[in-house]
Amino acid sequence: MKNILILGAGTSGTMMANHLVKELDKNDWSITVVDQYQTHYYQPGFLFLPFDIYTTKQVKKKGKKFIPKGVNYIQEKIELILPKENKVKLASGTEINYDILIVATGTKTAPDEIEGMNGSGWYKNIFDFYTYEGAKALRNKLREWEGGKLVVHITEMPIKCPVAPLEFAFLADSYFKHKGMRDKVEITYVTPLDGAFTKPKATEALHYLLEKKNIKEVTNFNIERVDPENNKIIDYADVEVEYDLLVTVPTNMGDALIERSGLGDDLNYIPTHKATLQSKEHENIFAIGDATNLPASKAGSVAHFEAEILTDNILRYIKGEPLKEEFDGHSNCFIETGDGKALLIDFNYTHEPVEGSFPLPGIGPLKLLKENRINHMGKMAFRWVYWNMLLKGRQIPFVSATMSEKGKHYEEVK
Amino acid sequence: MKKIIANKEIDVNEEGYLTDFNQWDREVGECIAGDCDIKLTDRHWEVIDYLHDRHHKDEPLSIRGIKKSGVIDVKEFYNLFPGGPLKKATLIAGIPKPKSCI
Ligand SMILES: Cc1cc2nc3c(=O)[nH]c(=O)nc-3n(C[C@H](O)[C@H](O)[C@H](O)COP(=O)(O)OP(=O)(O)OC[C@H]3O[C@@H](n4cnc5c(N)ncnc54)[C@H](O)[C@@H]3O)c2cc1C
Repeated sequence: MKNILILGAGTSGTMMANHLVKELDKNDWSITVVDQYQTHYYQPGFLFLPFDIYTTKQVKKKGKKFIPKGVNYIQEKIELILPKENKVKLASGTEINYDILIVATGTKTAPDEIEGMNGSGWYKNIFDFYTYEGAKALRNKLREWEGGKLVVHITEMPIKCPVAPLEFAFLADSYFKHKGMRDKVEITYVTPLDGAFTKPKATEALHYLLEKKNIKEVTNFNIERVDPENNKIIDYADVEVEYDLLVTVPTNMGDALIERSGLGDDLNYIPTHKATLQSKEHENIFAIGDATNLPASKAGSVAHFEAEILTDNILRYIKGEPLKEEFDGHSNCFIETGDGKALLIDFNYTHEPVEGSFPLPGIGPLKLLKENRINHMGKMAFRWVYWNMLLKGRQIPFVSATMSEKGKHYEEVK
Repeated sequence: MKKIIANKEIDVNEEGYLTDFNQWDREVGECIAGDCDIKLTDRHWEVIDYLHDRHHKDEPLSIRGIKKSGVIDVKEFYNLFPGGPLKKATLIAGIPKPKSCI
């Protein structure tokens, strides 16, 4: 009997368990998944929780429910990966041997990286919304907040779901409008990038929306520290931005487990072959989702595309065949723009998002880079798709793992 | 696109970044620095050497990387290359502008 061990039962780990159980012969392979938490969170819902659009119940479920029969599930913290011995050590001291290891431990916020962020203002007038705790605390704050300077801030790139902070700013605009207090709130969007998004085409479209919604932009802001006594953030060029309420996305880092095991880069991400998802250092270790260092968006939709390709490659690896170099960095995401509208973008390692439609070439119905109601419905439907199709590794209709260039107007990225 | 820098014809992109590192030399670097109102000192060159080293090893450049480099701290980096230090330093060093991660 041989062992496949999956570390992490988030979006990626759960999908891999569901794919592999269908493909592997039970008599030859045993599949085990380990995660520290009982709860599986629907992280995209953390964007909506602060605005009372989703309830806490809608964004969490018991993780075990999504692990298929025939897969061993262990709820425990992982202490160490020992690649030379093909072994993983859990917090209790239990050791698990593996023939193939899949690392799917994701990324998480690290507010300690910036002086003053995690200090006296934390969860008083400084919040994150990338964690369940943060999003919920922020919801309670917003319910009673009377207005002032709201600063939406990104600490450093890369972050998972890189558009989420922008969506937060758009939703805040519409939230305060509906509460009849938009005139009491000044919204500023502060980013280390030179524009609203990482890709120039989308940046133009998004910049237009920021202006339209009267949201100020501060770009190229590399934060040095937070001054919680005087309520301001300060960057290395000594630019200061004052806030009454700071909603920040702290540095995102891979789990400390990766660092302890000596497998990560500066941000604890695993150097991974970008087309095959095999780790660069060890041929029987694969990585997927937010835990990798791939230059693709860290998003559930990306992990979904990766899971199909990784499943194929694991089967090839088992048979001793060469791996398929297929992953092209395909990303797509809905961008919630407030007032019940959203836009959709689709891009990969080499192509920029431009106008077009998706997923049916030439027909739509979802419009890329155009704000409309249908995209908003798509974004809202994503929660259902996530719990009922995506985690279970079911094919999402019309969407393929590599990007289709039909019906879209692209520009090559140089 | 071609541009005359230090009396040499150099290939650059729309933003002025060199597209062929082989065309770069110290004189070219000094000339670009002059356009940015920066006079290169030994300290600047140490940083540029570090950037070249990272670039040739295919390692991505970031402010975090600078922080951990042991060559310079971020504050001094900003003082040497005022404005956008990574953007300016890579422009002068003749290497591509760091891609802001996705
Ligand atoms: C606010 C927000 C909005 C988002 N919006 C979208 C969106 O609209 N669309 C989209 O596609 N994506 C979105 N995402 C991103 C998406 O949620 C993630 O990219 C996705 O969940 C990544 O899956 P993963 O399995 O790689 O990591 P995760 O789902 O984070 O799973 C990692 C798992 O590993 C476990 N783990 C880590 N370390 C250890 C350890 N030492 N021991 C035991 N267990 C461990 C964790 O407990 C966790 O369960 C959003 C994310 C956020 C925060």
